[in-house]
Amino acid sequence: MRALLRKDLLILRRSRLLLAVLVLYPVVIALLIGFAISRAPSRPRVAIVDETAPGETIQVGSRRVQVGEYAHQLFSNVEPVAVGSRAQARRQVADGKVLAAVVIPSDIAARVSSGTSQGQIEVLYNGDALEQSLVRAQLRSALAEANLGFSRQIQDAAAEAIDALVRGGSLGTLGAPSNLIGLEQIPGELRRVIARTPAGHDREALERIARFADFAAANLGVSKRVLASVGQPIAIHTELVHGRRTPLDSFAVVVAVAISLMFLGVLLAAGGIALEREEHVLARLVRGLISRGALLVEKVGLAAACSFLVALAMLAGVGIFVSLDWGRFPQWLLALACGALAFAALGTAIGSLARDARAASIVAFLILLPLIFLALVPAGAVGHGFYDVISVISFVFPFKAALQALDAAVNGASPSLGGPIAHLIGLTALFAVLARAGLRRAL
Amino acid sequence: MSAALSVEALGKRFGDLVALEDVSFELAPGELLGVLGPNGAGKTTLLSAIAGVQPPSSGTVSLAPRQVGWAPQRAALYGKLTVAENLELFARLERVAEPRAAVEAMLEQTGLGARAGEQLARLSGGNRQRVNVAAGLLGDPPVLALDEPSASLDPAQRERLWTFVKELTATGRAVIFSTHNPAEAQRHADRLLVLDGGRLRFDGTSGELLARAGAGETDLEHALVWFLEHEGAGAA
Repeated sequence: MRALLRKDLLILRRSRLLLAVLVLYPVVIALLIGFAISRAPSRPRVAIVDETAPGETIQVGSRRVQVGEYAHQLFSNVEPVAVGSRAQARRQVADGKVLAAVVIPSDIAARVSSGTSQGQIEVLYNGDALEQSLVRAQLRSALAEANLGFSRQIQDAAAEAIDALVRGGSLGTLGAPSNLIGLEQIPGELRRVIARTPAGHDREALERIARFADFAAANLGVSKRVLASVGQPIAIHTELVHGRRTPLDSFAVVVAVAISLMFLGVLLAAGGIALEREEHVLARLVRGLISRGALLVEKVGLAAACSFLVALAMLAGVGIFVSLDWGRFPQWLLALACGALAFAALGTAIGSLARDARAASIVAFLILLPLIFLALVPAGAVGHGFYDVISVISFVFPFKAALQALDAAVNGASPSLGGPIAHLIGLTALFAVLARAGLRRAL
Repeated sequence: MSAALSVEALGKRFGDLVALEDVSFELAPGELLGVLGPNGAGKTTLLSAIAGVQPPSSGTVSLAPRQVGWAPQRAALYGKLTVAENLELFARLERVAEPRAAVEAMLEQTGLGARAGEQLARLSGGNRQRVNVAAGLLGDPPVLALDEPSASLDPAQRERLWTFVKELTATGRAVIFSTHNPAEAQRHADRLLVLDGGRLRFDGTSGELLARAGAGETDLEHALVWFLEHEGAGAA
């Protein structure tokens, strides 16, 4: 077996272009996918037409809210492009210079301040279906955030007014008298008057007013909390049931490493076995020179060792830029080793069915690329039945298990390392058996 | 003299397909035995079974696979390795005691010493076939099985190959080869086997096969066609 291993290393050394492609291709793909996952979606360019007068404010209770502040909140999720008029904005959308345009009409302040009608902004958009979907989603989210901020300011203003009513002072509203008595002070004042008032109808009336003032002061205090819950009826409390929270960057690293491990392990093993057939050497080897089992062990071992080393180097290299827990290094090694073995075993199974290295590579690519995307589809993102199909496919190939093992090893994510490792060992055995059967058929 | 190789009632099935049935013959040391027959007759299957590439379904071969040198029709070698590296690899896999010495000896014997450092992919078809045969000889087997050894060679390369093979038989090594070319078999083989439909239909010299076709017949190809029509699988 040592002679065969030496031969394979010699052939690899002489196939520098192939080796470079084998290492660089998965690394580039891995980095691209990792980059795409770890970065938030880019902010779409949106033209802004602000038709309100500069410095215009909206009166909310005792407060004045700047319209510009609302616009600023609204466009924190997009890349705003200031445009002078609605017509210009429409032209820019039509020309594709911006994905959408938002027109803030001049009467928005008056409508919101009126308290009887809703403020309205106008959105113009264009582009293909994906762009339309992106811009709609971004603007809807931006509007929701801006409305929430606006609603908080209204709550604050209302709370201030309630405080003034309960504790007394000035409402700050145009025309309202200053130094008002607070509701909570009224019962005390009234009781002093009642003490000097003889029994009779007037005294009873004063006592009724005092009881009402007590009740109103107590309940208006509660109404501030009611206002808060109306402004944001449902607050979010999050709890991660299993494992640790995984930062997206760390997960992207794991995805990138798993992809490199898979491509390198599968392609090397598939190519190695297929080359024996392509060179017509397989028959010569298995007629007593080396058993099929030993041949598979050699191919799996070589491919797994190479992919393991490249993936480990990649993980360690990325670890310089992204914060990884080096205390978990032994777990990294275990996950990488088991993943590498499973991918190499899959590669030998593919290679044993292909007539030559080129066919083996094509088949490997056809199988591997969808596996990546299927493994990254989150539960709930597709229909229940389709997700079940995806789960079955992901279960019978090692990518998802390797991804889970690496995520558990590197990020301490759930599921814990044991399950995916056992899964990978099982898949290694399964694909080794399939590869052996394929080799038997190959002659 | 005892036989270098004895094949007894050899049979090979692939599912329902009978590729070989009840084939028996012996091969003497130093003998050059040609196997003739139409496509699908079972020539390659016979040589593969003798060489241990395909385990027989029935019957016996007197030698273990590693005691039979084997050179398949297409060179079973690595194009990226040099001639010497290919031979050394197979010498090590054959567990030859002194692999490098065996390679040196084989390079000298095949006249490939000057090409030892060349990558196999850059050699001519003839030289590649010589390395292919040389790889089969590394374990110093008493019997060499050659599957259509001259199929892809030009006349000059064929001539050099047969000279080399005859040098091997001259040293007592028995050689069995398959061919589609009756003229080649007539010219080089000491004895012929004719297979058809997986069965051995003829075992004798080319002169005996010519005689079967009728007095005065000198063209072995013509005689073979006649023989297969009258005594082959389709004759009954």
